[in-house]
Amino acid sequence: MGVMIIDGHRVEFDKEKNILAVIRKAGIELPTFCYNSDLSIYGACRMCVVEDDKGNIHASCSTPPKDGMSIKTNTERLHRHRKMILELLLASHCKDCTSCEKNGKCRLQDLASKFGIKKIRFEDTRPKAEIDKSAKGIVRDPNKCILCGDCVRMCSEVQGIGAIDFAYRGSNVRVMSAFGLPLGETNCVNCGQCAAVCPTGAIVINNQTDELWHLLGNKENKRIVAQIAPAVRVAIGEEFGIMEGKNCLGKTVAALKKLGFDEVYDTSLAADLTVIEESNEFLDRINNGGVLPMFTSCCPGWIQYVEKSHPEILPNISTCRSPMSMFSSVIKDYYKKKKAEDDKDTYVVAIMPCTAKKYEADRQEFLAEDGRQETDLVITTSELVKMIKRAGILFDEIEDEAPDMPFGLYSGAGLIFGVTGGVTEAVIRRCTTEKTKDTLDKIAILGVRGREVLKKTSFMIGDKQIKVAIVYGLKAAGELIRDMAEGKEKFDFVEVMACPEGCIAGGGQPCNRYQDREYRAKGLYHADNKLQIKFSDQNPSVTQIYDYIVGKKRHELLHIDYVKENKDNH
Amino acid sequence: MKPEDCKIIDDILLANDNNATNLISILQQIQKQFHYLSREVMEYVAGKLQISTAKIFSVATFYENFSLTPKGKYIFRVCDGTACHVRKSTAVLNALRGELGLIDSNTTDDLMFTIEIVSCLGACGLAPVLTLNDVVYPAMTPEKVKALVKEIKEKEYGKNK
Repeated sequence: MGVMIIDGHRVEFDKEKNILAVIRKAGIELPTFCYNSDLSIYGACRMCVVEDDKGNIHASCSTPPKDGMSIKTNTERLHRHRKMILELLLASHCKDCTSCEKNGKCRLQDLASKFGIKKIRFEDTRPKAEIDKSAKGIVRDPNKCILCGDCVRMCSEVQGIGAIDFAYRGSNVRVMSAFGLPLGETNCVNCGQCAAVCPTGAIVINNQTDELWHLLGNKENKRIVAQIAPAVRVAIGEEFGIMEGKNCLGKTVAALKKLGFDEVYDTSLAADLTVIEESNEFLDRINNGGVLPMFTSCCPGWIQYVEKSHPEILPNISTCRSPMSMFSSVIKDYYKKKKAEDDKDTYVVAIMPCTAKKYEADRQEFLAEDGRQETDLVITTSELVKMIKRAGILFDEIEDEAPDMPFGLYSGAGLIFGVTGGVTEAVIRRCTTEKTKDTLDKIAILGVRGREVLKKTSFMIGDKQIKVAIVYGLKAAGELIRDMAEGKEKFDFVEVMACPEGCIAGGGQPCNRYQDREYRAKGLYHADNKLQIKFSDQNPSVTQIYDYIVGKKRHELLHIDYVKENKDNH
Repeated sequence: MKPEDCKIIDDILLANDNNATNLISILQQIQKQFHYLSREVMEYVAGKLQISTAKIFSVATFYENFSLTPKGKYIFRVCDGTACHVRKSTAVLNALRGELGLIDSNTTDDLMFTIEIVSCLGACGLAPVLTLNDVVYPAMTPEKVKALVKEIKEKEYGKNK
């Protein structure tokens, strides 16, 4: 506790770890590049400098507040420093703003404009680096890197992967993978969190909107079908000035229809299928001595992490396909019959919060017999926003539309897949025999919800106690795997999501600040509250699908054996 | 990697308690054995220490002392610090480069000789100075360099070469 004087005004502070947080509390948004509340403090960009009453300059992000401390945040001297930093950063930056993927969303561009940088006095003498397009989900352009290190820290501190790091020193320093390998050949899992924190266009989502425009512009003999993932609806609105976390499914469906999609479905239905398949598989493992614990399999970043870093637990991964891949195979199979009538080829476009889904769709095992991807194209929320804006659709004004039938109905259990703990909650809902309002309330307060990185809880199946762990961030997941291997922890069911707090902050979402995630999670739980169907097994669309895909086909369309796939491919 | 090389690295790691915070010292000891840090070695160490290969690459490229390419059996370190520079270390370096035929590269193709330029060897009173495999040669001249190289070449290749 204490009081600071900021620009002549008294500001109380309590638990703030640095002056920057106190300054922000006082309503002043200091510019930063390398400060990110989810990551460790780095103090490299020096944009957040402040001046104390002795005229000393401090980086506010790495200076703890002291009682009675008096600082100024906006003196002429500080502005001169900040301008110089910007000028130097811009001097070694490619400055192709208008043709940059990050145009309009770049912090460097924004600050250069705010600080009125008109001329750069220094020459760019760096050699030009090659653009790395080898990873399916992200594109890296080292020429736009300002060395803030956000991606490096995200990759190692949150994801525990460390695919990229600083290399060399002094004026030669750059962010790169070991030995300068293309990202696609490293242990990168395409989670896209580096792109989410990159303030410039140095790491961006692999933009495939042109492919979609082409598809939509050449629709003869094609049936173009969209599926929208749960987490998209609570994030997309922010880009159009709609309240954070508001459920914009109806508007998204309407916008997709306007863009030219023939059918629009909701991936939440496939999540319901996943719940049922995963629950059945889990019960089977429990009752028939199968491999335990069982890990969830819906997150493609997590799957790649296991394949690349912990192949020993591949047998523990559920054989269920992710909701996206389940849905694509079901849709493609369903429309085979219809093709005979109207001779239209079906194309499935998945609207996802996730960059790793681009990788998943491209995986060998998810290619159809004709060599085409089962999910023909994955478009992230951010890419869809760009398309809607390009088409001039007034997103905030359009009338809501409901998803199409027969794959339009979904339960609340499928919907909450988009937030950490959601899969577990849905599975518990499925596994309980009593399906009442009371049960739902009890499950909700079981400890499956909340923002903690690792949550532990348990529930009963009959007289058996099932121990559950829910974790997000691959570093935490890796630590959990280690603890379990060493016998320190024991669980029966483990849910893993690669991104902070689940898909709501996926690498394909617009702006993933800490506070955004809270609203998005609330938005999903709120949408769940408003739905009549809460249990995946009570969703009539699910029953319909099961009536249609029976027997051997059920396994073929809904499951994938990652152990076998890895043996076959390596 | 060969099993015997793995054994050497394992021993070094064990001597450092398999502790990733000792990375610099581990890499130094490995370099002492293999004369440079190969990609295989760095990947092996990353796996053993449970840290990312990019982190090791980061450390290895930060320090001038680490070499990512193989070095020769004989390593000349030519000092080009202020004192040596004003006492004509450039002429010494050029003579050495000429004798060894190392104009654009720093290591001979047969991995016999390597030239490194260092900022200061801490022996300014002996300027211009160079070291050959850590043995100090003071007050060098182009003539002395020629004699030194000739001596080693005769030892290694025989008199005719």
